[in-house]
Amino acid sequence: MAITTVPETPRKPGRPPSPYSARPQRTSLGRKVRDNLTGHAFLIGAVLCFVVFSWYPMIRGIVMSFQRTRRGETTWVGWDNYSRIIADPSFWTAWQNTFYFTVLALALGYVVPFFVAILLNEFRHAKGYLRILVYLPVMLPPASALFLFKFYAYDPSEAGLFNAILKALHLPTSQWMQSPEMTMPAMVVASTWMNMGGAVLIYLASLQNIPGELYEAAELDGAGIWRRIVHVTIPQTRLILALLAMLQIVATMQLFIEPLILANGAGAEDSATSVAYLIYQHGFFQNDLNGAAALGVIMLVVLAGFSAVYVRLTAKQD
Amino acid sequence: MSVPQYRKAAAVALVAGLGLSLTACSTKSDDKGSNAGGKVTITVDCQPVGAQKELLKNWNDDVAEFQKQNPDITIKSVSVGEQCNNPPDFTARLAGGTVTDVFYGYMTDLQQVLDSGQAMDISPHVNKDAISTWDSVDPALKEVFTDGGKLYAVPVKNYSMGLVYNKALFQQAGLDVNNPPKTWAEVRAAAKKISALGNGIAGYSEYSAGNTGGWHFTSLLYSQGGQVLTEDGKKADFNNAMGKQVLQNLKDMRYGDNSMGARQLLQWGDLLTNAGAGKVGMFIGAPDATQAIVSQFQGKFQDWAMAPLPGQDSAAKGTLGGGEGYFFKKDLTPEQVKAGLKWIAYQKLTPGKGQFDYARAKPQNYPVGLPQPLLFANGSDAQKQELELRKANANVDTTNFALFEATPVPIKGEPRNAQAVYAVLDGAMSGVLTNPNSNIDALLKTAEEKVNQLLAAES
Repeated sequence: MAITTVPETPRKPGRPPSPYSARPQRTSLGRKVRDNLTGHAFLIGAVLCFVVFSWYPMIRGIVMSFQRTRRGETTWVGWDNYSRIIADPSFWTAWQNTFYFTVLALALGYVVPFFVAILLNEFRHAKGYLRILVYLPVMLPPASALFLFKFYAYDPSEAGLFNAILKALHLPTSQWMQSPEMTMPAMVVASTWMNMGGAVLIYLASLQNIPGELYEAAELDGAGIWRRIVHVTIPQTRLILALLAMLQIVATMQLFIEPLILANGAGAEDSATSVAYLIYQHGFFQNDLNGAAALGVIMLVVLAGFSAVYVRLTAKQD
Repeated sequence: MSVPQYRKAAAVALVAGLGLSLTACSTKSDDKGSNAGGKVTITVDCQPVGAQKELLKNWNDDVAEFQKQNPDITIKSVSVGEQCNNPPDFTARLAGGTVTDVFYGYMTDLQQVLDSGQAMDISPHVNKDAISTWDSVDPALKEVFTDGGKLYAVPVKNYSMGLVYNKALFQQAGLDVNNPPKTWAEVRAAAKKISALGNGIAGYSEYSAGNTGGWHFTSLLYSQGGQVLTEDGKKADFNNAMGKQVLQNLKDMRYGDNSMGARQLLQWGDLLTNAGAGKVGMFIGAPDATQAIVSQFQGKFQDWAMAPLPGQDSAAKGTLGGGEGYFFKKDLTPEQVKAGLKWIAYQKLTPGKGQFDYARAKPQNYPVGLPQPLLFANGSDAQKQELELRKANANVDTTNFALFEATPVPIKGEPRNAQAVYAVLDGAMSGVLTNPNSNIDALLKTAEEKVNQLLAAES
């Protein structure tokens, strides 16, 4: 039988084959790991840390939320913990308080740092010192800052700082943390003061990236300060604004240390009970770790929902 | 070594290191506490913290002496904080299974400890042979730590509440220090006079946060003859005339007389800080509240005295009692249980030793003469010995507590699921103490619904 050989087609000279168009060579997982042993070893370290300290507790929490432990015996109870937690009258109070705090914190803690950053950006001198001044409260441990507010600023007697100011202005004094109506606004003020510095620095960095020509063009078109903010500053910083809004929502919904320190927990007539504090109360004071886990999962789902909305919104913007 | 070999070795070392460190974190000792030589080791918590220098020295001396007397036993002491039991820490240690072999708990903790599955039934081990004063221990206290006929802890301290008052402020306000208020109307009148001294002094002070508000509500309700839960422990039983009266008394003093000071939402340390600073005329508490005022909050013993808990129109019908004990961790060997009981007998239940070593405590200015720990039954041998020792070594003026001791009020234990119930009742207490327009009926109704829901979920 005659054997015919097909001559190899010569390659076209000049253009090298594209690395992307070439069919990828199959490499076994073991080979991949062997080729980058050090890299994978470091990766394993990071993954182990996440597994042990983040993912395992999260999964364990989800599992616990469907279990009940009595006399050392753990049984599966389905959605029982969830229905029990939702039926707890404090459940809705806690969510209501938490959303109220989040809305107030967005109105104050989100907007104020933005305008402070714009103001700082406008200063020509002493910028560095002003930034340090604004950032200083962030360096104070949160517990110390809150104790300052609790015992010094929010003292309900006339000796308290805010009451002394109100009195000097001939205005009615307040009971601050002891008044159910004032609890949340007072906590937001303290929280904003404590955390504003970080947000201001991020805004400042973002503001300084805006090309000066845009402002010059706007000025030539006769735009005043407000229109420059609306038409130049906000559109140019929208991604940072969206990111910080998201972070603010996620952070404020985990409200915990403020009620714990400023209101000694639940506050006047439960006005300071937040979802995170309720989790703590169930888990550590009511011997109800399963109920606490269920509430934690509910919170996780809500926060994940907010994060999903954020991802979707920013994806559209991009 | 070639480069690839070096990288391989580094990677293996890194993984091995991480693995080992993680294993180390989760390693559980397989040491059962005894070795071939017949030596037994037990871990015990509640060792005083470093800041409590004298108490720590006393504890360490006791350990050394005990080990000298019992060379086959090794005590490993663990400090878990000044109060020995801070509920969040305690819960975490129980849930994590990291309690010591012999661990401290409040009388209210029994259910939680049982639920965690960490406690051991010690009934077969506890008797007069293991603890020589066992027959003298008040049976009611043993009952508190008993469930289903099984004993789970050894009681080591007991308290009941009364009216603690500041003699110095009483004198300044022109009140008779030897005739403290006996009814809530008299408390109200005295509080008005004391708060009239000004300078931010509260005539009467009360808790309303951190579960302490509910704790005191319970005691005040007992003084009216009420109870927090029904006899079977299945329903709330405070939304009635007595519960209303408790809150009305407080509301009247807070907003009617303005005799309770401006700062409310107080929890344990807040009130005692004010008391130590001489800003509180009266409050309800146990005898050891005066000890905390002196040792932790810079107050003076001579300023404080105690009277029985006031009643609404006459003597109180009841008062809250509570206390503490030591549990034994499950899976201990019989030798470890025996060693643990021996240590508790030595440190907590023997007149003249450990907590009853009054001769040692006297020169250290650690209070001797307080009507506590109320551990032994009336008329028992151990009680007689303890009283004699206490009397002989008293370094606080026992007349300050004479009225409280001479007029005993029936003691009633804490309700089932006490901490959870107290947390709910904080809301009612904070309501009347922070809101002049609070609706007592509504506060009690809300609290009742919450407690019933909580109890239903528990059952």
